[in-house]
Amino acid sequence: MIINSRFFNRSELMGFIALAAVLFVILPLTLDVFRLNLVAKYLTYAFVALGLVLCWGYGGILSLGQGVFFGLGGYCMAMFLKLEASSVENTKIQSTPGIPDFMDWNQITSLPLFWQPFHSLTFTILAIILVPGLFALIIGTAMFKRRVGGTYFAIITQAVAAILTILIVGQQGYTGGINGMTDLRTLKGWDIRPDHAKVILYFVEVVLLFACIGIAQFIRLTKLGRILVAMREQEDRVRFSGYSVANFKIFAFCMAAIFAAIGGAMFALNVGFMSPSFVGIVPSIEMVIYTAVGGRMSIFGAIWGAILVNFAKTSLSESFPQLWLFGLGALFIAVVLAFPNGLSGLWADYVQPRIDRLFASRKSKAGWKDNSVADGAPAE
Amino acid sequence: MFGDYSIGDLGSIFVMQGFAGLILFSVYVLMALGLAIIFGQMGVINMAHGEFMILGAYVTWMTSNLFQTYLPSLFSGYFFLAMILAFVASGALGMLVEWVLIRHLYKRPLDTLLATWGLSLMLQQAYRSVFGAREVGVELPQWMLGSLHVTESIEVPINGVFVMCLTVLITIAVAYVMYRSRWGRQVRAVVQNRIMAGAVGINTEKVDRYTFGLGCGIAGVAGSAFTMIGSTGPTSGQLYIVDTFLVVVFGGAASLLGTIASAFSISQTQSTLEFFLSGSMAKVLTLLAVVGILMLRPQGLFALKVRK
Repeated sequence: MIINSRFFNRSELMGFIALAAVLFVILPLTLDVFRLNLVAKYLTYAFVALGLVLCWGYGGILSLGQGVFFGLGGYCMAMFLKLEASSVENTKIQSTPGIPDFMDWNQITSLPLFWQPFHSLTFTILAIILVPGLFALIIGTAMFKRRVGGTYFAIITQAVAAILTILIVGQQGYTGGINGMTDLRTLKGWDIRPDHAKVILYFVEVVLLFACIGIAQFIRLTKLGRILVAMREQEDRVRFSGYSVANFKIFAFCMAAIFAAIGGAMFALNVGFMSPSFVGIVPSIEMVIYTAVGGRMSIFGAIWGAILVNFAKTSLSESFPQLWLFGLGALFIAVVLAFPNGLSGLWADYVQPRIDRLFASRKSKAGWKDNSVADGAPAE
Repeated sequence: MFGDYSIGDLGSIFVMQGFAGLILFSVYVLMALGLAIIFGQMGVINMAHGEFMILGAYVTWMTSNLFQTYLPSLFSGYFFLAMILAFVASGALGMLVEWVLIRHLYKRPLDTLLATWGLSLMLQQAYRSVFGAREVGVELPQWMLGSLHVTESIEVPINGVFVMCLTVLITIAVAYVMYRSRWGRQVRAVVQNRIMAGAVGINTEKVDRYTFGLGCGIAGVAGSAFTMIGSTGPTSGQLYIVDTFLVVVFGGAASLLGTIASAFSISQTQSTLEFFLSGSMAKVLTLLAVVGILMLRPQGLFALKVRK
């Protein structure tokens, strides 16, 4: 594998190879399709966690509304899939054939106007990126231009998550209500439900995830990433140096929103439904927790955090449903109090030095030079 | 939406919905008072505030059960004891939480949010294990049932009037404690400059602990009031936490008057809209209006002019 050594430093390269090996080779070979599909579900949250690394870890903007963007992306995808599943032949028994079943149940007799463009896949893909992106742009511009940040921003994004959930649940006829959009079947005639389709979708998702990792890493290494870190540490100084702090914040927030939306769209494809229970306050905060557990400063750490916390959630809530909430709560408190840099911080403190020593003793003879980029952050 | 009603009807509707809104207003004010102290004064984002409120509600429920079983003759007065117990229980838990958790996090306000969220999850699960997942309701004493007939078309529930009076009393007490007492002065000194306050001899750790306890205790009283308008379940508190934060932020975090004004406007808007629209749309419109206004005026309604 040829990778520009400036793009990933050595430890990041190891993290990259490890993640690629696990996701591309080990998991598909060892897990059955059901479990692999579960991993695909966990990975949709990894997109969100990746966005939060940029926005929260680097930019210092804690958004408690990532579920909104996850949901917008997911609903855009689900609307397309639902329309395709509600073709006239499939919905013959309804009083109005050709519209989604929940509309029929709610006495709606024609497809609402905002649903019309979702007949087109091209429009849907654009919408998955643009709708959350624009929404984030509006919120971000309104907030950051007026220098609202920190806790206020967190609370307002949380309110937005609450509003969107209530709206989706309340407008049953247009959104499917609390049950969401279920019974999604085909993508352009290709059935997404059988096992081989699940495997293909898993690989599509992993490739997309690595593309997003590439983008995030690129942002981190450019001047933009440095300014984000500087802004987090000394906002006023960056402002007095002549940078428009608000614009950088808006950019980071929009990127996080777009990543979350891609995750949401993949969720609709992989899991086969979308519901408001992935939009509201609780899921939004859980997404922040994945990032915190994995390490808010580490791109790879956050992805591992999303996978591991979700894995723990599934296995614990399967066997000890009572313990799960206690465990999750204790995990939050422990991460915040004891390991603010999460798993990647632990890795950087305890495992990395040993590996470095191992390499150093071997490489010192060959005159090896580390051209890693120091960014003041513990990277996995 | 007004077309179907005569002017007289509309007047009655506004008054009655307004009064229904006043009960919501009371719960909001009590919740927000505690949060205004914890968030506005101390800068701690207490996501577990709703769970402290629910603790108060459960204490009230247990007290009412105790009175029903052992002291049925005194049942009509149980509420006063329940309130005090709710205050003490929530306040004590708050002080414990401050000692274990919050005092390590004063320099990292965003992290208090995550830690207290974790705490709220654990409390919810604890309530579920102890009290069961089903919602419980409190039986009101006889004198609180029924309503006052003001005019032919307007009637006002007595428990609402009672909760209102209670809220007013507690608000006055809190305002007195915060702005007139020696202890309140210490709290404000610690908030403004923790190091200097320590240097002039204020025991900042103790002040922090009691301040946090006071905020949580008021949430407990809010829980007592809450039992009158809704049933209590392990996750009921979570439903109110976002609204309460919005109330505090909308009012201007450090301003007591702002908190009251914003609780009033939010609860009245919501309850008036609820009559004409569905409950969910009323809530959406209210929250949207609040978020919209906050985007235009991020410092809230009543901002204190503070030099940063």
